[in-house]
Amino acid sequence: MLNFLTYLINGLSLGSIYAIIALGYTMVYGIAKMLNFAHGDVIMIGSYLIYTGMITWGMHPVPAILLAVVGCTILGITTEKIAYKPLRGAGSSLAVLITAIGVSYFLQNLSLLIFTANPKSFTSVVGWEGVSLFGGELKIQGVTIVTIIVSLLVLAVLQFFINRTKQGQAMIAVSEDKGAASLMGINVNRTISLTFAIGSGLAAIAGALLCSAYPNLTPYTGAMPGIKAFVAAVLGGIGSIPGAMIGGLLLGVIESLSKRYISTQLSDAIVFSILIIVLLIRPTGLLGKKIQEKV
Amino acid sequence: MKKKVICLLSAALLTVASLCGCGGSGGQGSASGGDVFKIGGIGPTTGGAAIYGSDVRDAIQIAVDEVNAAGGINGFKIEYRFEDDEHNAEKAVNAYNTLKDWGMQMLIGTVTSAPCIAVSELTHTDNMFQLTPSGTAVQCVQYDNAFRVCFSDPDQGAASADYIAGNADLGSKPVAIIYDSSTEYSTGIHDSFVAKAGDLGVNIVSDTSFTTDSNTDFSVQLQTSKDAGAELLFLPIYYQEASLILQQANAMGYAPVFFGVDGMDGILGVENFDTSLAEGVYLLTPFSATAEDELTKNFVSKFEEKTGHVPNQFGADAYDAVYAIKAVCEKQDIKPSMSISEICDAMKTGMTSISLDKVLTSPTTISWTAQGEPNKDPRAVIIENGVYVLAK
Repeated sequence: MLNFLTYLINGLSLGSIYAIIALGYTMVYGIAKMLNFAHGDVIMIGSYLIYTGMITWGMHPVPAILLAVVGCTILGITTEKIAYKPLRGAGSSLAVLITAIGVSYFLQNLSLLIFTANPKSFTSVVGWEGVSLFGGELKIQGVTIVTIIVSLLVLAVLQFFINRTKQGQAMIAVSEDKGAASLMGINVNRTISLTFAIGSGLAAIAGALLCSAYPNLTPYTGAMPGIKAFVAAVLGGIGSIPGAMIGGLLLGVIESLSKRYISTQLSDAIVFSILIIVLLIRPTGLLGKKIQEKV
Repeated sequence: MKKKVICLLSAALLTVASLCGCGGSGGQGSASGGDVFKIGGIGPTTGGAAIYGSDVRDAIQIAVDEVNAAGGINGFKIEYRFEDDEHNAEKAVNAYNTLKDWGMQMLIGTVTSAPCIAVSELTHTDNMFQLTPSGTAVQCVQYDNAFRVCFSDPDQGAASADYIAGNADLGSKPVAIIYDSSTEYSTGIHDSFVAKAGDLGVNIVSDTSFTTDSNTDFSVQLQTSKDAGAELLFLPIYYQEASLILQQANAMGYAPVFFGVDGMDGILGVENFDTSLAEGVYLLTPFSATAEDELTKNFVSKFEEKTGHVPNQFGADAYDAVYAIKAVCEKQDIKPSMSISEICDAMKTGMTSISLDKVLTSPTTISWTAQGEPNKDPRAVIIENGVYVLAK
């Protein structure tokens, strides 16, 4: 039983990381209706900024994270302005998708140039050791607990922001109908920029937690967690903020338990089979909204 | 989605590459220049495996400069050019074709296994002599024109099992393995280790794996090893993953003896890594940068001056490769005016008849079998106070 609990907690720890990355994906998709495949790489850039702040300049973790949040927000707004905005009117969502993949490669190669391929070992931003239960039999690491709390906090703040503030309401309006929203006096471009700003700021926080839990930083660090988090967002229902949270946690737990009880080799195959089954039964994901098109 | 795009792009590149190959092959017979040896190198100098390729590139340059300064090979200077393959088979093929157009007569490369297998198909067709410093997969030297300086994967796995079984401290410990099931390198070592360990009576209690797509979270594999009571953890994997495993094992309070192979080499070079975690780690590596002999000291000091860091064993393999080529060329009286195919045939017979005693990657001598495998002694080092110390 204790054994099972250990694996469950390992899964929750992994899942909460997926969840916080998935929040960024789902937020941008929900409002701007585009898959920002460069999200994982913004996370990587954020992690490098924190690393530079903490290790190279000797900063305290908190200002280092703030620096990364500001840096990633600027990066997010800039890429949106340069790479995505000109294509928004192009009519094809495929153009923006391909551009996002391009941005992803651009960021990877840029950091390869600046930071080189030599992996860097990240110092955890969470100084706390964690708790030890049942006389040391069950250890929960500090970073696991902090990640779960931070992702819940982010979830709550995002929900409040979107449902209770004017800007948030503007976002919902833009996501439902851009044309109508602009007729109602909403600045569509500014709203989408704001979405990217928030999504990229979240990426910096996700980077801090990702690299604290798995302290190996290379220019490819963000790529695979990015893809897994995207899967988590789809599983939970892309566009739904609580869905991203649930999808991420579920993905982590399934991955961990299938590694332990079925096979380490097959765990990814199992995770993706579950995704396919869920999508066959509920095409919009677990919490996805079914929007009826009015003709 | 990303992978699909990569596949499409690589397919397109491959098509272009094969077309280039057709165009270039016309000039193959004519020896270019005739007064210098043109030696090419291929390996990853960007991308995830860049640390290996860039060390090989710089080590070959050092050896080539030494040979040229001492009068060259048979009185002819070496001209040397290195191409990046990003640890990608398609890009390695492109790099090979680029070098062939440049007039390459012998190839030192490629550095990593999968690209090496792809390129060996081409060198076999062209009958171009190929000496890989560090391509460990069995198929890297499947053709008679290809040789290697490093141990093959099965040799490394079997040598590790031999070492563990024969060691008084380690032999009786229950063993767990964590390996990367998505690379030929790791599975190759794993399979031969398991087979040999079975023969020698080493007790394997847990055998788990991961893939390149899930190479950050090892908590389940470590927990399984711990629950099975393993006291020695065999890690036939690269150091990036190994550094994470060391950190995660430490965080969960699990402290077995860690035993790695040549991929573990480089773990002390991870920036900001807490090297105290690597204290007591064993690794089977043919090269130790802290060895006291003149040859190693000379190589390490030149390498540090050039690059600012201590070379890993890949660099040492590459350095030995240049001197092996020199020795064979001198023995067989090979001249740059000969055609690529003539050079290759002379090298093939020459490789099996030499024995080098002054090398970096073997404590004794190194010679080659006709199958392309090196005959040399393995040595295990243990990390103490942040440096490699020869294990007893």
